[in-house]
Amino acid sequence: MADLSTNFIGIKSPNPFWLASAPPTDKEYNVVRAFKAGWGGVVWKTLGEDPAVVNVNGPRYGAIHGRDRNLIGFNNIELITDRPLEVNLREIKQVKRDWPDRAMVVSLMVPCEEQSWIDILKKVEDTGADGIELNFGCPHGMSERGMGSAVGQVPEYIEMVTRWCKQHSRMPVIVKLTPNITDIRKPAQAAKAGGADAVSLINTINSIVSVDLDQMAPEPTIDGRGAHGGYCGPAVKPIALNMVAEIARDPETHGVPISGIGGVTTWKDAAEFMALGAGTVQVCTAAMTYGFKIVEEMKDGLSDWMDEKGYTSVDEVVGRAVPNVTDWQRLNLNYVVKAQIDQDACIQCGRCHIACEDTSHQAITSMKDGLRHFEVIDEECVGCNLCVSVCPVEDCISMVQMTEGTDPRTGKKIEPDYANWTTHPNNPNRVMEAAE
Amino acid sequence: MADALPGPDIRTGRLSPDDYLENFDDLHPPLGPHEASVEADRCYFCYDAPCTIACPTSIDIPKFIRQISTGNPIGSAKTIFAENILGGMCARVCPTETLCEEACVRNLAEDKPVQIGLLQRHATDVYLERPDRHPYVRAASTGKKVAVVGGGPAGLSCAHGLAREGHDVTVFDAREKLGGLNEYGIAAYKTTDDFAQTEVDFVLAIGGIDVQCGKALGRDITLDGLRENFDAVFLGMGLPGVNALRTDGESLTGVIDAVSYIAELRQASDLSRLPVGRKVVVIGGGMTAIDIAVQIKRLGAEEVTIAYRRDRDAMKASAYEQEVALTNGVVIREWLQPKRLLGEGGHVCGIELERTAQDDATRLGGTGETVTLEADQVFKAIGQTFVPDALGGAEVLSLDGGRLGVDAERRTSLSGVWAGGDCIAEGEDLTVAAVEDGKIAARSIHAALSA
Ligand SMILES: Cc1cc2nc3c(=O)[nH]c(=O)nc-3n(C[C@H](O)[C@H](O)[C@H](O)COP(=O)(O)OP(=O)(O)OC[C@H]3O[C@@H](n4cnc5c(N)ncnc54)[C@H](O)[C@@H]3O)c2cc1C
Ligand SMILES: Cc1cc2nc3c(=O)[nH]c(=O)nc-3n(C[C@H](O)[C@H](O)[C@H](O)COP(=O)(O)O)c2cc1C
Ligand code: SF4
Ligand code: SF4
Ligand code: SF4
Repeated sequence: MADLSTNFIGIKSPNPFWLASAPPTDKEYNVVRAFKAGWGGVVWKTLGEDPAVVNVNGPRYGAIHGRDRNLIGFNNIELITDRPLEVNLREIKQVKRDWPDRAMVVSLMVPCEEQSWIDILKKVEDTGADGIELNFGCPHGMSERGMGSAVGQVPEYIEMVTRWCKQHSRMPVIVKLTPNITDIRKPAQAAKAGGADAVSLINTINSIVSVDLDQMAPEPTIDGRGAHGGYCGPAVKPIALNMVAEIARDPETHGVPISGIGGVTTWKDAAEFMALGAGTVQVCTAAMTYGFKIVEEMKDGLSDWMDEKGYTSVDEVVGRAVPNVTDWQRLNLNYVVKAQIDQDACIQCGRCHIACEDTSHQAITSMKDGLRHFEVIDEECVGCNLCVSVCPVEDCISMVQMTEGTDPRTGKKIEPDYANWTTHPNNPNRVMEAAE
Repeated sequence: MADALPGPDIRTGRLSPDDYLENFDDLHPPLGPHEASVEADRCYFCYDAPCTIACPTSIDIPKFIRQISTGNPIGSAKTIFAENILGGMCARVCPTETLCEEACVRNLAEDKPVQIGLLQRHATDVYLERPDRHPYVRAASTGKKVAVVGGGPAGLSCAHGLAREGHDVTVFDAREKLGGLNEYGIAAYKTTDDFAQTEVDFVLAIGGIDVQCGKALGRDITLDGLRENFDAVFLGMGLPGVNALRTDGESLTGVIDAVSYIAELRQASDLSRLPVGRKVVVIGGGMTAIDIAVQIKRLGAEEVTIAYRRDRDAMKASAYEQEVALTNGVVIREWLQPKRLLGEGGHVCGIELERTAQDDATRLGGTGETVTLEADQVFKAIGQTFVPDALGGAEVLSLDGGRLGVDAERRTSLSGVWAGGDCIAEGEDLTVAAVEDGKIAARSIHAALSA
């Protein structure tokens, strides 16, 4: 059995699965249930100054569903905790005392004034919590009041507040980043400059999840009107993965511990975040969709996969794919593949044909000798993978590498050597030797 | 209490009132909106979809399913009606397992086709919920007159197609109600809640169709008369005749033509009044044999046996239809042909069947060995025939295998006369095929009248 225990910036937890700061971590009752279910840690629902914020009394969630109502994307307009600060602090202290082996991180959001931070840091320190997470991500409501993503979108503010927190507390500081920016590396660099121990990402993405066409208003609709919310769940995973990878491979932030968040629903999602550099993962939507029990599948799945691959500890996985994340210009242009259809697996739906015919390279037949038949025409196939993406049968179409001979499409010999855009004759700025 | 009729064990009211309701409720309950949405999502939106190719009316199946999936069942129904104005009935009665669903690529993926029939029913049901809806507006009147003989699926489809183009159509039908076998033949649990008439009203809502029920060609009107008074004639008379067993005892009471009995069943306002035997034998191997066997069983017959002269593979009823019979407790016995009907006091009490065998040349013959089955009722379901007499002498139209010969456009040998449905040589004895014939004939007639 692989060892799933983690030590993330000194915060220990029996497994890398933490619950993200959100409704699942808003109360002692929920968090205790989560720990009983086996979660490795929690980031407590974001605390603010008293008086506590209020939430809308209308609907706060919206969702994108598949046809069978499986939840693909989730949207919310909830604010930070709406319970009094003292109540939260008391519960945090109690839970940490009762569950000493679990990670207890407290998420914070107070106005951008040093004294506000000093005051709350002291109170949190008294609870015995393992660390704090600075919520610079909330994209709705709080940002209108100059907090949340309003801070996360200005690197200077991130650096300033992070520095205050490091200065006035001995707790490890995780800076939670908003994805609602153009270049995620900038806020990550600012967090590092401010002395952050780690970054966590992503918080939710600005979104209007749907429009009520009868009321002519965004959903969730409250008395005829709607406000943008924050998007999360399986749909945001690709965006989160890229942002995690960007930070992991940026020379300026490479090595900064990352807690990966965004759409983690299965062990495999978690493994992917970890491979791209996340030391722990945080989960919100999956728990809100299925309840806390899903962590069992996540732990078992990760452990079984690690056993299968011979990884004995989480550290061996973290960041393993980072060296293979590169820029387009470094991709090997001499790598040639052709689609190949497994005729035994093919169910003859014709989707590959029409996709390639209408929108790509006219490289798949629809007929052969007067019969319905789908076959790749190597002379036309550019190896784009569109057909693989649209084929309803898994592994029916594979991309097969050509290792010798001539590419029938270009008539060019297959070159065994690596060559990329930097040296390509069509590149006006080409250099003589390709940089790896 | 069940009333015993004199003679063998034939009774009315074998079941409780609730049993009749349950037994004659929808064979396939309709999909709810969520079920329809989930099922629709299973469709791959195939290119040059095999299901559409397999549909005799070429309904654009991936398109109508996608419209269900996107929350547009009304548009979906319009897609269906564009090719098949009786799409509602076809959704209920088509043997989809040998048509669209047999061709569905999901069979290759997982042996479970998209339930096209039920999805088609879903969309058309939603559409027909409001009787004031009709997908087409009739074109301005052309002043041309067309006579349609027979208001079954073929006639209705043809009449609608022509009325839509602005021609004035008159439908003559020998029966009291329009619908043909939709109204008088299809098994009751396939078309509940008087759907046949709902659909007739829907078809007629296009306008420009004059209905003359109780008018039989050959009795009240003549083909010559129609040709004189109309610009074109469409014959969609189905197969009004029935084959005879040609065995001794055929005239005994209790030996019943299955199609007539089903017609009576379909028109019955109270199913408990129908006479039902305790032991029933059905002769035949087609859809009618299955339908009468299952329905008589559901009316309370205790033992129902279908006797067929070849094996089950050779039956015209699909494997699926046979399955329906078997799950209803009907026994199917193969390689048996009727030899003699046994009677008692003028009423049938049994049937002697002879075992058959097939020689290498696939010719069927009796082996001499016989089997006797007790029976209170014997149903003949050995096929219907075209009755050319109504045409005023068969020689006016050329026949092909006893039915009317037509070309690809459904033109008969007589100029100005078209035909389609069960009465033509190519007739497949399917509702959907009849609808397609009517559609093709309407196009051809319209082209001829517009020339
Ligand atoms: C018992 C039974 C069950 C069936 N079940 C199915 C099924 O489940 N699925 C399926 O697809 N198919 C089924 N069929 C076949 C299907 O019903 C027919 O193929 C279809 O109805 C043919 O349509 P049609 O318009 O050609 O003829 P019909 O439906 O037979 O209509 C012919 C019309 O012409 C009228 N007519 C006849 N003679 C004259 C005349 N001389 N003058 C005026 N009018 C006349 C009749 O009254 C009738 O209304 C079944 C058939 C039977 C007998
Ligand atoms: C209802 C809801 C409330 C949330 N509240 C907070 C919050 O108070 N503080 C915070 O840092 N993030 C909050 N988040 C963001 C989540 O912690 C997390 O970053 C995001 O949902 C992405 O993860 P997921 O895809 O697993 O849901 C909230 C998310 C949801 C759905
Ligand atoms: S890889 Fe692209 S070009 Fe080649 S067959 Fe598939 S879709 Fe067409
Ligand atoms: S998409 Fe896949 S299953 Fe469909 S025809 Fe192409 S290869 Fe076959
Ligand atoms: S064959 Fe099946 S999957 Fe393909 S379009 Fe038709 S119903 Fe859909």
